Amino acid sequence: MSKTIVVGIADYNIAKDCDVLVTYALGSCVGICLYDPLTKIAGLSHIMLPTITEFNDPRMTLQRGKYADTAIELLMQSMINAGALRIRLRAKIAGGAQMFAPINNKNLAGIGERNVIAVKKELARLRIPIVAEDTGKDYGRTQFLSAEDGKMRIKSVNRGESIY
Amino acid sequence: MAINDYGDLNEIQLDALKEIGNIGSGNAATALSAMLEREVNIAVPKINVLDYSSVCDTLGGPEQLLVGILFGISGDITGMIMFLLHKEFAHMVLNSLVGSEFDGYSGLDEMDKSTIQEVGNIMAGSYVNAMAAMTGLTIDLSVPTMNVDMAGALLSVPAIYYANISDKIIVIEDEFGHEQVGASSHVLLIPEVDGLTKLMKSLGLDS
Repeated sequence: MSKTIVVGIADYNIAKDCDVLVTYALGSCVGICLYDPLTKIAGLSHIMLPTITEFNDPRMTLQRGKYADTAIELLMQSMINAGALRIRLRAKIAGGAQMFAPINNKNLAGIGERNVIAVKKELARLRIPIVAEDTGKDYGRTQFLSAEDGKMRIKSVNRGESIY
Repeated sequence: MAINDYGDLNEIQLDALKEIGNIGSGNAATALSAMLEREVNIAVPKINVLDYSSVCDTLGGPEQLLVGILFGISGDITGMIMFLLHKEFAHMVLNSLVGSEFDGYSGLDEMDKSTIQEVGNIMAGSYVNAMAAMTGLTIDLSVPTMNVDMAGALLSVPAIYYANISDKIIVIEDEFGHEQVGASSHVLLIPEVDGLTKLMKSLGLDS
């Protein structure tokens, strides 16, 4: 019996066997799927912001799952601890939409795009290749990752489903 | 006392926010009623300080389809206001004003979109005016921008913008009614924290 593991905002988790990871309604956030096809260990991280160094509030820097430049490495490490091998990991990413036209807050402009860029940079630093991507545009996405075959499934309100 | 987080607000300060929400909701119902040319009832609004994940639950789960209308606020207080309309509400508005149905974003034409934005505009104005009248502060609204999508995806925008400040936001839940039709909307007030300090100071509630 496969079970579904929900990954919340600024959170990450791993799954094995035939379990499925899901993160709901990615908007400008980015969901990063990592998968080791040999051990069938899957991991999913839901980041909100590009980098931890932009913020210096110590209460917030405790939440390492929130930032692209800290969360992905944590996810990778927990997958390695579970038996995955770094060189076998492949990434599939989704999200990073621009949900609203920019208003008067300049910092907000292009945050989805900046998240995607930060995720790509971090994956390049960790030498994990990106094999599929469903990012940008202006709509929300729910992201599933199956540990059985490493397939990423994206569901949205108006655009149906896609499997990568 | 400086307010660093919405969680730092005390009971009296929360009551003041609730009062702003009450007056704003009352004004919004009056404005809505005038616009739709029919009686619009309103239940006592529920006002809470919630974290983002509970906001999603309040709205019917992260995948709930909603209309989101976002405004920037500037002047003495900066931040955002976001209106989230349930589909019954959007339907009530479209049906009364332009005689069309609400069936998701792809089914909305330009007229429908600008109608919904205009209603959002007038309602946002009601809350902002309530806040300005009570505090004497100058608060300006930007032009609205809208989308129809999953609650979680719409909420990611304010969540991200304030992720470095707080995980909590002020949520006003309004239940508008017309004849047998109930239509709920949620208003998210998202002032930046120094705006919140200013707001409390102007009400004499800063200590």
